[in-house]
Amino acid sequence: MSLQFVVDGLLTGSMIGLGAIGVTLTYSILRFSNFAHGDFMAWGTYATLAVVSAIGAMVGKVAPIAPLSFGWPLLVALIVGMAFTALLALLLDKVLFSRLRSQGQAIIVVMASFGASMALRSLLEFTFSSRPTYFSRAIQIAMPVGFGIRITPDQIALLLLTAVLVLGVHLLMTRTQTGRSMQALSQNAALARIVGIDVASVVRVTWVIGGALACVAGVMIGILVQVRPFMGFDMLLPMFAAAILGGIGSIPGAVLGGLIIGLAEAGAVQLIGAEWRAAVSFIILMAVLFVRPIGLFGVRER
Amino acid sequence: MIDLIGYGAFFLTTALIFSLVTLGLNLQWGLTGLFNVGLAGFVAIGAYTSALLTTPDDPVRLGGFGLPILVGWAGAMAIGGIAAALTGMATLRLRSDYLAITTFGVAVVVQLVALNAQKLTGGPFGIGFIPRPFGGLAETPLLFNLSNLAVVSVVTLIAYLALEHLSRSPWGRVLKALREDERAAISLGKSARFYRVQAFAVGGAIMALAGALQAHFTGFIAPDNYLPILTFQVWVMLIVGGSGSNPGAVIGSILVWAIWAGSGTLTSVLFPPEQQARAASLQIVAIGVMLCVILLLRPNGLFGDRPKRPRFGKRSKAVAAKSSSNS
Repeated sequence: MSLQFVVDGLLTGSMIGLGAIGVTLTYSILRFSNFAHGDFMAWGTYATLAVVSAIGAMVGKVAPIAPLSFGWPLLVALIVGMAFTALLALLLDKVLFSRLRSQGQAIIVVMASFGASMALRSLLEFTFSSRPTYFSRAIQIAMPVGFGIRITPDQIALLLLTAVLVLGVHLLMTRTQTGRSMQALSQNAALARIVGIDVASVVRVTWVIGGALACVAGVMIGILVQVRPFMGFDMLLPMFAAAILGGIGSIPGAVLGGLIIGLAEAGAVQLIGAEWRAAVSFIILMAVLFVRPIGLFGVRER
Repeated sequence: MIDLIGYGAFFLTTALIFSLVTLGLNLQWGLTGLFNVGLAGFVAIGAYTSALLTTPDDPVRLGGFGLPILVGWAGAMAIGGIAAALTGMATLRLRSDYLAITTFGVAVVVQLVALNAQKLTGGPFGIGFIPRPFGGLAETPLLFNLSNLAVVSVVTLIAYLALEHLSRSPWGRVLKALREDERAAISLGKSARFYRVQAFAVGGAIMALAGALQAHFTGFIAPDNYLPILTFQVWVMLIVGGSGSNPGAVIGSILVWAIWAGSGTLTSVLFPPEQQARAASLQIVAIGVMLCVILLLRPNGLFGDRPKRPRFGKRSKAVAAKSSSNS
């Protein structure tokens, strides 16, 4: 078996991990599993794609940055897309989730997120049709880097971007007052309120981080695979599995969980075939739930 | 006129099969508070089990055992119940969200097996030649549709009466007690996990039976019949009817199926053929928004169980004040 699966696995793992950060944060701070998270991904990607084509229409064709397949328009569009996805998450929270949360039944919120997910995805299908589209149709030549592994410049750039983002979120969570407030709220919500933490602002930060990272993960899928309305929904099970494997509430855990699942999927593709790929996350999920339900870095519930 | 009766019978048969699934979900969610977002998987398990047991021998895949239809239905219920029990045992000692995520995974895996395990399920082309209860009457569509309706009605009625009886039995009261106040129920010596696994398994068996009925009614099944949209439809049916109420589950199913089929016909009349797929996705958007609106405005549906009240804290007083001012 060729070692190529390591690169493929790390890339898939980065996408899963970035998405799983949002899942694990909403789960630990807002205390519900958000089935609409995958659709944030897809919406962010389509928004980015729309901005890229808008820039293309305004300034004409822009040459890509040296070895990469994309130029500055994509970077600008990505930032706009991240902001858009964060706003979408905030909006959905305002009109739907926060109202249901105040009624006090966690599982109703989960169900509402399921309904919202269905509506969001179908709205994409309605607007853009279910045909897949692409950021760029150019084919990149993969460079050999030894041990029979090949990697394209795009892939290197995206892996670096993931590393920077994960490090950034980790520092935010551990070194800033906002991050410490988020941790406090996830560990003991009642106590956090008593010491005067502004719950509403923590909730907003949670949605902004989750939405923005979901957009990045979606754009990664868009660049490396393709853009289609179901792209986020298909990532839902791997993201949940990664968040639970890493331990709910843990950012390093979510990323590590994502990488493990990505590597396992890539290995499974080589060993038993691509059609069974989606079963990998389920098997890992079941194994975690039976053996160690709090995950790798999880904290036992109080 | 005859056409209309025929269509009415066909419509009601489909709606009643849906209401059987909704009844199963009502046992899991309405009565016990177990969240199942993978019910399409359990319906598929039932359909495929029954198809495998009853179809004539087929050289390209496993089985086709040619057994009687009733054996197929019983097998579907058994396998569906076992699958649900296993899912429940894995997750019911954990937080309720984990069950939701796991059932979601079950549906994904069942879909994967249906698509890829050609030897077992026929792959993307599905299984055909599933025996139909009154296949001999297929020459006269009206009689055929009416006899199908009769069979499905009888099965649904039996399931309905059994569930009504169960929910009033001591067993059903334990489930309600667990849903309302787990700690109090446990302190009375009831094993929460044991009862919940039972309820989840029975619900799964009912869903599998509905899948089997549907398979024998259409005579052909394929993986496309069991996409997440099915799960979604059934949830909307239960929420509209009101979770916790068996009559609500049946009426909600018929109502939502009428809206669904009606808006489907409407879009096929209003939109040109090349826009049909788009219009269909708009239909799903409308139903998704409807689900969210009902959850926000009328969380107990049309026939919902009595509202749940928090027993302590600020909200319970607010709720108590509100309900006393209403009465």
